[in-house]
Amino acid sequence: MSMTEQEILAGLGEIIDEVAGVPADQVTPDKTFVDDLDIDSLSMVEIAVAAQDKFGVEIPDDQLKDLKTVQDVIDFVRRAAVSA
Amino acid sequence: MRLTEGAAGTRILAFGGYQPARVVTNDELAATVDTSDEWIRSRVGIASRRIAAPDETVADMATQAGGKALAASGLAPSDIDLVIVATCTPEVQIPNTAATVAVRLGIGGPGAYDLNAACAGFCYALANASDAIRAGTARNVLVIGAEKLSQWVDWNDRSTCIIFADGAGAAVVGPVADPGDLPGVGPVVWGSAGHLADKISIADRNSFIFQEGQAVFRWATTALHPVAVQACERAGVDPADLAAFVPHQANLRIIEAIARKIGAPQAIVADDIVTAGNTSSASIPLALSRMLERGELGSGSHVLILGFGAGICYAGQVITVP
Repeated sequence: MSMTEQEILAGLGEIIDEVAGVPADQVTPDKTFVDDLDIDSLSMVEIAVAAQDKFGVEIPDDQLKDLKTVQDVIDFVRRAAVSA
Repeated sequence: MRLTEGAAGTRILAFGGYQPARVVTNDELAATVDTSDEWIRSRVGIASRRIAAPDETVADMATQAGGKALAASGLAPSDIDLVIVATCTPEVQIPNTAATVAVRLGIGGPGAYDLNAACAGFCYALANASDAIRAGTARNVLVIGAEKLSQWVDWNDRSTCIIFADGAGAAVVGPVADPGDLPGVGPVVWGSAGHLADKISIADRNSFIFQEGQAVFRWATTALHPVAVQACERAGVDPADLAAFVPHQANLRIIEAIARKIGAPQAIVADDIVTAGNTSSASIPLALSRMLERGELGSGSHVLILGFGAGICYAGQVITVP
């Protein structure tokens, strides 16, 4: 069963709230992690690990650096979920 | 052929720690590399670290810490049959550090070897020491973790120079006093992940220490809490009853992430890294010696220790506070 963008966004919101203390309602697709949400490279790793648990999609370190916005992660999860 | 008979159990008799005199603050580093106090505190949790004098060696620091532990143990130097120095930063490979330290402490001709399991080194050495006493091949063992990481750090590399530091910590390990007494060193859970060897390395003798921060962080925050829980299970100690959790002082965020996952609500979580930096094999006994000095740990209470780092090597066990 494929996840909708809204489902992934909601899941990401929960993860980012837990990992970085950013309220879920601030996690919108256009936000950048570093500049808008003040999330650093180590928190990105925690988000990737939590995303793997929640969505069953592995985000390797070498691809993590290319995920600049919330939308980038949503797209990555959707693509990976389709190919899985 | 006859075999030796050893002690039923072992315990730690005393700890000792040593830090070099020079304090290096984050602001001092920010004067030479592009970083800041706020950045360092938020990423690794370090406020200041100690750096050895140029002529101060790993053996010097090991002798200081080992001497304190030996004095506090109440044993005579002649009671020590084995000296193990866990280090990955000796000035030279030959001769080893342990035999020199033994001579300086007046320990006459013990078994003496260096052990390299990097930041897991103290836990490996403690396991070796305990096993030697249980096997009857040593009565008492002096275990030391000592590092001078500053001589392997590129002081222009802001990703590593903010983390690594110098220091030493030591423990004297001996048999339980009476056969009916409970052992004070639990079974070790140890292992390695050599497929990640390139994530923390020094390429050759002319290179500096390199670390792939995100990869190490991911591994440490996902692979280690099961090791910690298993060490508690093997010792028969419920994590909820731990008085303290003293992991290798690698990065405060790694420490806190592992601590959350173990489920030890009563445990003091060691944060010695704040003023000691990452001292690799020295960090666990150094943190313990400082916690004992501050009176934070009651005698007889259970502490979980967990070493992890380059190799990648890891080891953990439950110990009883002397």
